[in-house]
Order: sequence, then C-alpha cells, then structure tokens
Amino acid sequence: MNPALSVVFLTTLIGVGQGLFLALFTQQSYALFDLLPHQDARFYGWGSLLALCFTMAGLIASFFHLGRPERAWRSATQWRTSWLSREVIVLPAFMGILFLYGVSHLSGFDPVLVKLPGGLSINATIILGGVGTILAFALFVSTGMIYACLRFLQEWNSPLTVINFILLGSASGFTLATLYAAMFAPAQAGFFGGWAIIITVLGLLGRSTSLWRNARLKPKSTTQTAIGIKHPRIVQKAQGAMGGSFNTREFFHGKSASFVSRMKTGFLVFAFAVPLLLLVVDLSHASVLLLCATFVAQYVGLLAERWYFFAEARHPQNLYYQGIS
Amino acid sequence: MTQLALVIDLNVCVGCHACVTSCKEWNTSGAAGPLCDENPYGADPTGTFFNRVQTLEVGQYPNTETVHFPKSCLHCEDPPCVPVCPTGASYKRKEDGIVLVDYDKCIGCKYCSWACPYGAREIDEKQKVMKKCTLCVDRIYDTKLPESDRKPACVMACPTSARLFGDVHDPESVVSKAIRENAGYALMPEWGTQPANHYLPRRKTNLKIHEDELERVDNPLKVDGKLPKPKKSDPTLDDVTSW
Repeated sequence: MNPALSVVFLTTLIGVGQGLFLALFTQQSYALFDLLPHQDARFYGWGSLLALCFTMAGLIASFFHLGRPERAWRSATQWRTSWLSREVIVLPAFMGILFLYGVSHLSGFDPVLVKLPGGLSINATIILGGVGTILAFALFVSTGMIYACLRFLQEWNSPLTVINFILLGSASGFTLATLYAAMFAPAQAGFFGGWAIIITVLGLLGRSTSLWRNARLKPKSTTQTAIGIKHPRIVQKAQGAMGGSFNTREFFHGKSASFVSRMKTGFLVFAFAVPLLLLVVDLSHASVLLLCATFVAQYVGLLAERWYFFAEARHPQNLYYQGIS
Repeated sequence: MTQLALVIDLNVCVGCHACVTSCKEWNTSGAAGPLCDENPYGADPTGTFFNRVQTLEVGQYPNTETVHFPKSCLHCEDPPCVPVCPTGASYKRKEDGIVLVDYDKCIGCKYCSWACPYGAREIDEKQKVMKKCTLCVDRIYDTKLPESDRKPACVMACPTSARLFGDVHDPESVVSKAIRENAGYALMPEWGTQPANHYLPRRKTNLKIHEDELERVDNPLKVDGKLPKPKKSDPTLDDVTSW
C-alpha cells in the first residue's frame, strides 16, 4: 500500500490523545482508591483538553484523506457493517467526553453522584472518565479493525493489528502524560513514567511479533490464482495503461527496499529503543527537556511505524500491475 | 434471483482494446458525468477506466502463449467492497446483482478500493469519487434502444465475441452454458468473494484427421484422378446441366 500521510497522522495523533486520557484517568482511579494523591482538578482538566487537541488534530488530518470532505457526515450511517463508520461515530463521542471530563474538572462542577457502601464517593468525573475509557478502547478497536478486517491484506488481518494500535497509542500517550506531569505535577511523573516504560515494552513485543509474523506470511493469492492460469511462469507484458493509474498510485509505495528497511530500523529505534532509554534515565534524573525529547522521538518513531505498517501490506491487486510494457 | 455478469473467453480475446474504448466512450458520455482523464496528451497520461485489457506471457520461450486479459469489476456475489463503505454509497442491487457506487453519496475515502482484491475500483481524480464498472446499467434497461443493443458497451464492441453477457443464475442462459460447458472459472477463488464474472480458459484447438478421412469415399479403385466421364444419358445431379 502507498501510505497516506493523512491516515498516518490521524492514527498516531488520536492514539496520543487516547493514551493521554487513559493515563490521566488511570491516575485519577488510583487516587480514588487512595493509592496515589489526588491531583488538583486543573491537572486533569487541562490534561484532558490537551488530549482533545491531539484528537482534534487527528480529526483535521483525516479530512485530508477524503475526496469529498463536505459529505463526511454521511460516513456515520453504515455503523452496522463498516468499522470506518464506527470509528467516525466513536471519535467525536470520545472527543465529547474529553471535553466534558476536562470542563467538569476545570469548572469545579463535579458533584458526588453515587455513594458506594464502602464509603467511596463516585463523582461525575469518575463516571465521565469510565465512559471515556470505554470509548478510548472502542476507538482503538475501531481504528485497528478498519485494517484488521480486510481478510486479503494478510499483513493486517490479525488480532495483533488491534493490539498494537492499543499498545502504541497508549505508549505515546503515557509518555506525553509523563512530560505533562513533570511540568505540572512532578511527584506523579514517576508513576506515568513507569507505566510508559511498561506499555512501550509491551508495544515493542506486540510490534515485533507482528513483524515476525508478517515476515513469514505466504501470500494466498498468486499471479496464477489472479488470472486463473496454472502455469508456473507468467510474466506481465502490459497492464492496459502506460502512464500509471489509480491502481499503481494507491497500492505501491514506490520506495526502494532499502528505504523501507531503514524505516523499519528507524521506528524500532525511535518508537521503542530511544524512548525506553530516555524514560529509564528520567526515572533517576528527572528533566522536562529530556521528556520533551522522549515524546518527540517516540512520536516521530510512531509516524515511521505507521508508514511502515501501510507500506508492508501487499495488496493482492498488485498482482495485476507487475509490468507496464 | 438474477445475477447479471460477463463471461470473458480468454481463448477468443485478441487484445484489441475495443471493449476498453467502447466502455470509456459510453460511460464518459452518460448522466453520471465524465470519466476524467489527466494529461491525455501529455507525458504521463492517466485517467479513470472501468475496464482494462492486460497482456501476459505464459510459459518459457519458445513455448510461450500470449494471453490478453480484460479486467473489470467482477460484481461479486459476496462483494467485500460493499460492507466496508461508511456512507452506503457502495451497494449491490438486489434485483440484478450489479454492484454500484452512488456518486452523490461517495466521500472518496478509497476504503472500498482497499477492500477489493481485484483492483477493480478507480477513483476519479477530478470528481474525487470512486468509480467502477456499472455493467452499463444505464444501457441494458433502456427501452428506447433496440432489444439487441441492450447489452454493455464492451460486449457490443467486442469483434470476436469474447465477451458474453447474461444472468449467471439462470442455468439456461448463454453465460451459464458457457461457464458449464467450457470450464468457466472465477478469479482468486481463495477469498470467497464469489465473483459473478467468469473467465473461459485457453483451449487447445486440435484438428484430428484420420488417414481414411484423406481418401475420397467415392473412389473405390483408390486411384486419385479424374473420374470417368459420365454418359450423356446418365442422370445428372441437378437435372439442369448434363455434365
């Protein structure tokens, strides 16, 4: 596939937003059970609005993918069958919750809604946070399933696709939360940093597994099944057009094998190795600048990762476009 | 239930691209607007086509065969491109099984083209909507046309009749018979898309002549030459000429 920058930015940016929200609400959940000190409402509030900015940027990026963005509203109609449609519904819903969660914290309108028998009081932000968590995961699943549900794109057609979207998005979000905490609640940076390390390691495991799996895939479709002629040697001599077509532009990335392999090394280094190293260093020598570098490195790494994710998928239609003339 | 489809005989196709040009001509002139081209006379001409003829060489020199392979939407019975469409612009008609795109609903997200293993869909780079073969739906039901012309433009154009059109669910239709009797097959059966369009394989046409067929039956003396002149009184074959 030819990676579309709009989709690369969409999936990575909303991933950061989802991860950041999950990180904030994880901390608030810990605080609910008195495992961590409850932070100032502004910490959660502005954090949630920061997450909203990332999802907003992702949403804007997604519009660049559409040929007819003015009709985008129509894409919410086929949620019964289309994962893309489900994503289109869940993303704004999640953004709405981010807004409400943030505003509820910032405005101080956070009434106790339920008093549990154990003496635990459930505030409005806890309910909103719970709904937001469900929506964040629903969004990860929808985004991942857009790719994982295409059965003949064998590189994507695996639960690993969804798992990696969850892990990589969360990893970048928790890294951003570490930076955010280092700036506004330094005592909590260790908590977020610890989780960021754990999730980044899990992300590395998940992504390595999918790289290992994809390297061993045997394409089900061959030139023989594509045209139905069972001869071992078939060479394409013409593809019906010499100046290229949508089929050659959309499904071939046109980059050399060495470029693709450099992207793979690049994302393994920048999305995993560098952030892990910097996060570990940061545990003992906390520094906002260092965490800035960590987040930027990981985000750039994830851009490369998403580029590679698209580039590594070999679409069976390419079998019909093997030679020009 | 009806399922209209094409059957393409690879044994007969000569790769003349008449189906391509006829398709383009018909479908660029319809109510749905043009099939846009870019740089048609420039260095890298490109454009939207519903149908393309590809050419492949099968075998190793000198034992090679050239196969011309027309490729268009296969109107799958279980089309993977339809359920993924977020707007419902992509749909399969219940009444005749044609897979169509509603150009007024399409948002140009290209997801359906990702979901088609055959690469049958092409985006119109000017109108920014996805386009594909319609089986000339604006032609095959047009009662203003003579009945013999109510066929897709590609079928009408094919000089060798390599393209057949009909209902593959009707066992007595010309396409069903062609599939049945000439080993018609579907492309990429491994994905379970059940393409409605079928292809007929290349066939070896051998003319087996037996020794005794080379000998005239009315030559009992087994001597090749002029037959003895018949008498004037002998009956003639046509009662007009004597001999």
